[in-house]
Amino acid sequence: MAADEQYIFKPEAKRKISILFGVGILLFVLGVIMAMNSGGHHEGAEHGSIEAAKTLVASTDPEASATEEGGHHGSPVWLKRIYTSLWHNNIFFTGIGIIGLFFVAIQYAAQAGWSAPIKRIPLAMGQWIPIAGVLMLIIWFVAKGDLFHWTHHDLYDPASADYDKILDQKSVYFFWLGSKGGFPTFYILRMVAFFSLWYWFYTLIKKQMLAEDLEGGTQHWYSARKLSAVFLIIFAVSSSVAAWDWVMSIDPHWFSTMFGWYVFASWWVTGLATITLIVVNLKDAGYLKMVNANHLHDLGKFVFAFSVFWTYIWFSQFMLIYYANIPEETVYFIERLKHSPYSWIFYANLILNFVLPFLLLMTRDAKRHMAMLKVVCPIIIVGHWFDFYNMITPGIMQYNGGIGLLEIGLACIFFALFLWVSLSALSKMPLVAKNHPMMGESLNHHI
Amino acid sequence: MSSTGEKFLVGIFDDEDILLHGVEGIREKGVKIHEVYTPFPVHGLDEVLGYKRSRLPIAAFLFGLTGTSLALTMQIWMLGFDWPMIIGGKNFVSLPPFIPVTFELTVLLSALGMVATFFIVSDMKPYKTPRTYDIRSTDDKHVMAIDLAANKLSKDEIGQILKANGASEVNEKNF
Repeated sequence: MAADEQYIFKPEAKRKISILFGVGILLFVLGVIMAMNSGGHHEGAEHGSIEAAKTLVASTDPEASATEEGGHHGSPVWLKRIYTSLWHNNIFFTGIGIIGLFFVAIQYAAQAGWSAPIKRIPLAMGQWIPIAGVLMLIIWFVAKGDLFHWTHHDLYDPASADYDKILDQKSVYFFWLGSKGGFPTFYILRMVAFFSLWYWFYTLIKKQMLAEDLEGGTQHWYSARKLSAVFLIIFAVSSSVAAWDWVMSIDPHWFSTMFGWYVFASWWVTGLATITLIVVNLKDAGYLKMVNANHLHDLGKFVFAFSVFWTYIWFSQFMLIYYANIPEETVYFIERLKHSPYSWIFYANLILNFVLPFLLLMTRDAKRHMAMLKVVCPIIIVGHWFDFYNMITPGIMQYNGGIGLLEIGLACIFFALFLWVSLSALSKMPLVAKNHPMMGESLNHHI
Repeated sequence: MSSTGEKFLVGIFDDEDILLHGVEGIREKGVKIHEVYTPFPVHGLDEVLGYKRSRLPIAAFLFGLTGTSLALTMQIWMLGFDWPMIIGGKNFVSLPPFIPVTFELTVLLSALGMVATFFIVSDMKPYKTPRTYDIRSTDDKHVMAIDLAANKLSKDEIGQILKANGASEVNEKNF
């Protein structure tokens, strides 16, 4: 039936990824030097706008204004920028990794046959999960004071001038099992638990998939399906909570009930675009002979549909806050709308992630041809990188946020590492499942 | 029913595999097939029949575009010029609240427009008596209709070609 295929991680591909990594390092170092030199000047020049912002917040949310800048100066601007960018890139690539597993689980739960020959690609992407988890913990412990306002303990001390009643009321969510303002036991437990659960299910599902190659039969498919169903329930909860923990808690006074979905939608469409891009490039390199225009069409439909889904979530969140016009909520968008670079990213976000994919992928032919997918998928990946930039940076950097060589360099570094890890994982297993019970269905897939 | 003078040759096929191969063989011989009726969707039939892709999506897009512009024009004119009202302290013409209505009208017009286009193109109008080439196409037979006026070959020749390509019966049908 299916020809045996084995992906070989060729020295040429390794060299290309190394070059990307090197370019990333170079850009990053240049960016850091530039940021260090402009740091002092930046702070002085921006002081006026911070004051203006404080007045703005003060006029709408007196309790927030008392604490937002309350005496925590933290690290110098350039270092804060590095921390922010590390956190931003790690969240972004964590998403792509976990979506690899999520995609595989969805295929099992939905009993989908069409995807049988491409499932190894998202599976290989999942190899990033443990690395992302370790990075997440390291970055958190190194940069928590700069990234997360809520970690400062005097916010929870009624005697302190910085006492924050709102955060005090929310403190259980972070500090349960420990003391307020101390070590956020509950928060860290969640972070460790999520990554451990995700990685555990990743290894379990992968084990079934690889055992199927050797033994055949349908029992491995059924086991993988059972595991997938359980994982999906866990992921439904954990992805939402992770979004609150890792992204929304950067702006601890602000909250949105759409936020879990919003982060998930952004991760999901980025992951789909990444899967499609890898499939298209592997096919270009002569692999995946059984993948034809019909499979590409399905991937294209996924990317198209979930671009629209992301837009729907984005709009639902924006529109409700815009319409209700409650100061505690609108401050989030005012920050992002009134100040560069957030303001142009705010609009670029919509153009890159909605307008372009919507128009470019609308026709059937666009989804069936690799040329168009090769254009749209990178647009979406870059677009959602900007999306996460705007979720994370404004809350940490306030009006000192920048986007330059530093951020681009770190994105290149992360991207190179991610590709290296996924492609080497892909080269360690058969590229196409050998005894997948639905391979025949996929071979005859026709839409 | 008044006669239109159209003469058809109707081939009956028992099995969809025979039908698919039959269609290929018959088209190779240069016979123009008017239409094939099947009791259930036969995968790949439209391809062997050489049908062009439907242009319905283009119509849908244009109807959708009409809906979008209609909705925006309507709301901007009503709330911005004809009867300006302050709602929630927003500008008279503010885009975000217009989006849901715009979305709904886009979907509505493209859906209704598609249905209307489909009905008109397929000539499905009220009180139209459908042409039944063979009533068994609603039960267990695949029915191939060949318009004799559209073919150069004679009736007998086409009949033989049909038989040779797996038709279990060949009948004549006049309308």
